[in-house]
Amino acid sequence: MRILYFAWLREKIGQGEEVFTPPASVTTPRQLIACLRQRGGGYAAAFANEALIRCAIGQEFQPLDAPLGAAGEIAFFPPVTGG
Amino acid sequence: MRKIAVQPGDFDANAELAALSANAGGVASFIGVVRGDAGGRALAALRLEHYPGMTEKALERLAEAAEARWALSGCTIIHRIGRLTPGQNIVLVATSSRHRADALAATAYLIDQLKTSAPFWKAEEFADGTAHWVEARESDETAAKAWL
Repeated sequence: MRILYFAWLREKIGQGEEVFTPPASVTTPRQLIACLRQRGGGYAAAFANEALIRCAIGQEFQPLDAPLGAAGEIAFFPPVTGG
Repeated sequence: MRKIAVQPGDFDANAELAALSANAGGVASFIGVVRGDAGGRALAALRLEHYPGMTEKALERLAEAAEARWALSGCTIIHRIGRLTPGQNIVLVATSSRHRADALAATAYLIDQLKTSAPFWKAEEFADGTAHWVEARESDETAAKAWL
């Protein structure tokens, strides 16, 4: 799947986009976060506080416990601040 | 008539409002502008980032919701991205209708919803070179939910 990062998540992780195939046991964004956090470094810093993380699956806002399904694109970002 | 745009460049508010006024009884608008200060410090610029693709879809959906709820003859949302300095335009929301109540309410609804449901992020850049990401405000969340 394609994983996108925005705002301070992108800065802490050091890239805005990557392609990653998570283990089959990963079925929700929250589980994917736990998996990515294990990489340590910028990932551990970016995902340190799950309360500040929002996500979109297939460009639709979803809760962190939503099913990933066959999502081709998932994005992680802080709460939005436009306007 | 619906117009949605996400762009680095400025918009011509007068031209956008003139386009909406055709076949309307009234036009309501909101323009968001970069403030000159943040948290008591002079601001050098705002940097606006977005999620290309998702942003446009989210704005289209907001416009659809406003059109379903109020009797609008037109709806325009233009949001800028990139580095913007104090006094520069950030966003234009404008709607037109036969009677004022629809356009006024729809415009307020759209800017309230845009702040909490379109994937934009702002970073504040200060004169001393430091920068930080703006945190979401609970008051924005409250304003958006009040329309539900």
